[in-house]
Amino acid sequence: MRWGERMEIADFLLTVAVFVLAMVALGLVRILRGPAAADQMMAAQLFGTGGIAALLLLGVATEADAVIDVALVLALLAAFASVAFVQGAAPADEDIKEKNHP
Amino acid sequence: MTLALAVDIGLALLVLAVAGWTIAVRDTFAAVIGFVAYGLLLALVWVRLAAPDVALTEAAVGSGLTGLLLLSASARLRHAKTSAAPPGPVLQWAAGALCILIAAGLAALVLLLPDPAPTLAPAAVAHLPATGLGNPVTGVLMVYRAIDTFLESVVLLPALLGVWSLASEGDWGGAPILRHPRPDGALTLMAQVLPPLGIIVGVYLCWNSADHPGGAFQGGAVLAAMWVLALLAGLVDAPPIRQRGLRVLLVAGAAVLLAVGLAGIGLAGAFLAYPEHYSKPLILAIEMALVLSIAVALALLVAGPPVRTPS
Amino acid sequence: MSFVLDLFTMGAVLAGALFFLAGTVGLLRFPDPLTRLHALTKADNLGLGLIVIGLLPQVAWPLGAFKLIAIWLMALFAATTISQLMARAARDGEPVR
Repeated sequence: MRWGERMEIADFLLTVAVFVLAMVALGLVRILRGPAAADQMMAAQLFGTGGIAALLLLGVATEADAVIDVALVLALLAAFASVAFVQGAAPADEDIKEKNHP
Repeated sequence: MTLALAVDIGLALLVLAVAGWTIAVRDTFAAVIGFVAYGLLLALVWVRLAAPDVALTEAAVGSGLTGLLLLSASARLRHAKTSAAPPGPVLQWAAGALCILIAAGLAALVLLLPDPAPTLAPAAVAHLPATGLGNPVTGVLMVYRAIDTFLESVVLLPALLGVWSLASEGDWGGAPILRHPRPDGALTLMAQVLPPLGIIVGVYLCWNSADHPGGAFQGGAVLAAMWVLALLAGLVDAPPIRQRGLRVLLVAGAAVLLAVGLAGIGLAGAFLAYPEHYSKPLILAIEMALVLSIAVALALLVAGPPVRTPS
Repeated sequence: MSFVLDLFTMGAVLAGALFFLAGTVGLLRFPDPLTRLHALTKADNLGLGLIVIGLLPQVAWPLGAFKLIAIWLMALFAATTISQLMARAARDGEPVR
C-alpha cells in the first residue's frame, strides 16, 4: 500500500470516528429527556458502543495497537456497567413488598 | 493536522458538557449515568494524549466498578429515610468557591510551566534496556518509582478496612452480600459466559505490560469486575471476611513486593533494587501477585461491609 | 488490490456509521421505550459489526483481525443480554422520573 493512500484512508477513518462520536453524544440527550430509567440506560449503552467503534477507528487510523486493547476492555465491561444500571434502576425488595401489601 | 485538532476540540467540548450536566442534574441515578459516560470520554481523551496505559485504567475502573459502586450508593440513598437538612446556601457557596479555587490553581500551574516543560522522559527511556522491559510506563512504576507502587498496593488495604469497619458488631467476620434484586436467566447466562473471557483479558493486560500498555491495576480491575458479575448473578457467594485464604490473597501483592525489595538490600545493594539480569522475571512475579491482590481488594470494596452473621 | 480493499473499507465503515445515525435518530424520535430499544439494537449490532468488517483489511492478519472480531462478538453478546434486562425494566414500569 502506498503512503499517500494510507494517509487518505486514515483521514477517512478519523472523520468517521468523529461522526460516530458526535452521533452517540447527541443520543445522550435521551438521558435528559428520560422519561423512564430504561431510556437513560439505552442512551448510555449506545454511547458505550459508539465509544468502542470510535476507539477502533482511531486505533486503526493511527496504527496504535494499544487503543484496540482499550476498546477490548470497554467491550468486556460494557455489559457489566449496564447490569449495574439495571440493578440501580430496579426497585429494591422493600418497594415491591410495599406495592403488594399497601 | 486540522482534522486532528477538530477531533480534540470536539472531544474537549463534549467532556465539558457532560461534566457540567453531571454536576447540574438533580437525580442521582441520571448523574451516575452521566459520570460513566464522562469516564468513557476521558478514556478517549487519554488515547488522544497518547497515554494508552492511563486510558486502559480509566476504561477498566471507570466503566465497570465505579459505576456499580456509585449506583449502589444512589439506590441506598433513595431508600434511606434522610432526616438531615440539605446544606445551607453558605456551605454550598463555600464548597463551590473551594472547587473553583482548586481548578484555577491547577490551571495556573499547568499554564505557568516553562516551554518546553521539564521532563525526565528521555532519561527514563535511556535506562530502560537495563531493566529488560519494553514499556517505559511499567519501567517507571516497577523500577524507578517502585516505592510508590508499593505504597499504592498497601493503601487499598486501609480503604477496605474502612469499608469493613461499617459492619455491625455481630456481623464482623461474616460475609458481604452483593446480589442483583431480581437475578434471572439472561444475567445468569452472562455471568457464566463472560468471566472465562474476562480472566483471559485480565491476565493478558497484566502479562503484556512488560512491553506494551497494561499493568496489574488494569488487569486487576477487569478480574474484579468478573468476580462481581458472578456475585451479582448469585452464582457464587462472597466469602466471609475472616477467611484466612482471603486475607492471604489480599496482602500477597504487597508482601511479595516487600520481600523482593528487602532481598534487594542484600543482593543489589538497595531497597527495591533488582539484581542484574533478574529484573524482568522478578517484576513479572510481583505483577502476578499484585494483580490477584488488587482484584480481590477492588471486588470486596464494591461488595461492601459484611452483613451476614458468621455461622 | 489494495485500492479495492480500501474501497471495501470505506463502504462498510460508512454503512456502519449510517446505522449509528439511525440508532440515534430512533432513540430520540421513537415514541416509547420498546421501540427505542429496537432502534438501539440496530446501532449496537450492525453499526459496530459493519465498522469491524470494514476495518478487517486494514489490520494485521490473523491476530489483529481476531481481536477485532472478538471485540464485536463480546459487544454483541453484551447487547443481547442487556436488551433483555432493559426490556424487562421498561415493561415492569420502573419509577418514572
